[in-house]
Amino acid sequence: MTDAILVEGLQKSFGSNTALAGVDLTVPEGSVLGLLGPNGAGKTTVVRILTTLLQPDGGRAEVAGVDVVHEPDRVRSLIGLTGQYAAVDEYLTGFENLEMVGRLYRLGKRESRDRATELLERFDLTDAATRPAKTYSGGMRRRLDIAASLIARPQVLFLDEPTTGLDPRSRLGMWEFIADLAGGGTTILLTTQYLEEADRLADRMVVIDRGRVIARGTADELKAQVGGQRLEFTVTDAAVLPAMVERLRPLAVDAPHVDEQARRLSIPVSGGAEVLADALHRLDGHTAAVFDVGLRRPDLDDVFLALTGHATEESPGADEVPAEPVPTGGVR
Amino acid sequence: MSSLSATLSDSVVITKRNLIKVRRVPDLIVFATLSPIMFVVLFRYVFGGAIGGLPPGISYAEFLLPGIFAQTVVFGSTITGASIADDLQKGLIDRFRSLPMSRSAVLIGRTVADAGLNVISIAVMALTGLLVGWRIRSSFGEALAGFLVLLAFAYAVSWLMAMVGLLVRTPEVVQNASFIVIFPLTFVANTFVPLETFPSALRVFAEWNPVSAVTLASRELFGNVPPGYPVPDAWSLQNPVLYTLIWTAVILAVFVPLSVRLYQRTATR
Repeated sequence: MTDAILVEGLQKSFGSNTALAGVDLTVPEGSVLGLLGPNGAGKTTVVRILTTLLQPDGGRAEVAGVDVVHEPDRVRSLIGLTGQYAAVDEYLTGFENLEMVGRLYRLGKRESRDRATELLERFDLTDAATRPAKTYSGGMRRRLDIAASLIARPQVLFLDEPTTGLDPRSRLGMWEFIADLAGGGTTILLTTQYLEEADRLADRMVVIDRGRVIARGTADELKAQVGGQRLEFTVTDAAVLPAMVERLRPLAVDAPHVDEQARRLSIPVSGGAEVLADALHRLDGHTAAVFDVGLRRPDLDDVFLALTGHATEESPGADEVPAEPVPTGGVR
Repeated sequence: MSSLSATLSDSVVITKRNLIKVRRVPDLIVFATLSPIMFVVLFRYVFGGAIGGLPPGISYAEFLLPGIFAQTVVFGSTITGASIADDLQKGLIDRFRSLPMSRSAVLIGRTVADAGLNVISIAVMALTGLLVGWRIRSSFGEALAGFLVLLAFAYAVSWLMAMVGLLVRTPEVVQNASFIVIFPLTFVANTFVPLETFPSALRVFAEWNPVSAVTLASRELFGNVPPGYPVPDAWSLQNPVLYTLIWTAVILAVFVPLSVRLYQRTATR
C-alpha cells in the first residue's frame, strides 16, 4: 500500500516557540490516522503545513506523492480541509456555499451545482439548502463545512478537530459521517483531543506532545502499553478506603492506587467478571460506603496519562468558541 | 485555463459572493446610503448658511456635494479592511487559501464588490444632492469622468485597507483605527469649507492632501467651480485630476502586490 501522506522530520517554530520538533508520520492510502494530543501539541501546525497554509522550517511533507512546499497548487487540488472553525460564509445559503467552493476548485458551473445538490442530500442539509448558513446550528455548519471540503472528491481529507464545540448528539452524527467517508476509501487525517473519537474513527494513531511524536500504533497497541484492567471503587467517605485496600489486596496484581481527594480506589487486577464478584464478596458487610464500582479496561485517557504524565486537556483552547459545553469523559 | 482567465473567473465568483452579502444584510446598504444622506442634509442646512468665502455664483450645495462624495467613498473603502479581517477571523481565508484558486482573487473580488457598494452610495447621494440644490453643469462625459475619478481613488484606498485588514485582523479595530486616520484626512481638506479660511500650516497639508485633489477634480468635472475662479497655487490643486490619478496609481502599485503577498502568508491564528 502506498502512503497518501508522508511526513519526515517536520519542523516549525514561531519565534522562539517550537511548535514541531521533528515529526514523522505516514498515512497509508485509504486509511484514517488519528493525530492526538493536548492543546498546543502541534496537531494543527501539522495540518496547516500539509494543507499548504504554512511553510515548514525543515523536513519533508508529501500529500499523494506531491511535495507541499514545491508544488502547493497541485496539493491544493488533491485535498479537502475542514479546519477548527466551520469556515462557511454565513450570508450564503448552504447551496451557494458549496457551489462557490466547487467553482473555486474549477469544477465548472454545472458540476459545481450537481455536486452541491448531491452533498447537501448526503449530509442531511437538503431542507436547509436555501437558507443562509447564519441560521444553521453548530452541527449543521460543521456538516456544511465538511461537505465543502468534499466537493472536488479529494484524495486526502484533513479534519482538524471536527467535533470540538459540538453537543454530544451532533458529535455522534458527525462520527457516522466520518466513518462513512472512511468506508468509501478516502484517506483521512483527523486531529482530535477526544480519545474516544480517535478510538472510534482511526485505524492508527499518532500521539504528539510538545511538537514530538510520543507514541504510535493502533488503539489496542497503545492500550497494551499501559497494561491491563483494574477495579475501581468510588466511596462516599474516604475514611473507609484503608480498610478496603486491606481486604482487596490479595486480588491486586500491582500496587493499589488510592485517591482520597476523589474518594477513589483503583486496583490493577487480572481476570474477568469473577474478579468483580470476588471483590464484592471480600468486601462483604463493608459496602455501605461504596457509591460506584466497576471493572475498567484502560482507555486512551489512561494511555495519554501514562505517556505524558499529564491528562489530556478537555477544555477547549482560547481560539475555539464552543456553542455548547464540551462533554468530558464519555461512555465507558 | 490560463492564469489570467483563472484569476478573472475566480474573482467573479468571489465578487458575486460579496455582493450576495450586500443584498442579504440590509444594515450594510442602509449604512452605506443613510449616513451620506444625513451628511448632505446636515451640512447643506446646518452649516450651509454660515460657511463663507465661497466662489461667487456658487451655492453651498454645489460646493458641498463633490466634497461629500469624496468623503463617503473614502470611508466606504474601509469596509474592505473590516470585511477581510472578518473573513480571516471566521477561517474563510484559510479555506480559500487551501483551494487551488488564484492567489489574488479573494482581494480582487473584495475590492471590486466594495467599489460596487460605493457606486450605490454615490448614486443615492447624487439624487439627494439634486433635491437640495446640487447641479451638474458640465457635459455628460465630464460628469461621468467626475464619478470615475472618485471611484478610482476609492478603489485604490480599498487595496490599502485590504492590507490593514490582513494586518489588524479584527473588524472593529480596523474600523476604529481607520476612522482616526480618515476622519481628519477628509476634514482637513477642501471638502466642506474653502481652503482660504485655513491657518497656514494646516492649509499646506490640505492643499497636498489627495482628498482635496479628488474633491476639486470632481468639482471641476461636474462644473461646480465657476470658470476663471482662481484655485490655490499648489501644483496638486492646479492639476487635481492628474494629481489624483498619480496617487491612485502609486497606492495601487504599492499595495496590490504587498496585500497579495501578505494574503498568501496569512493564516488564522
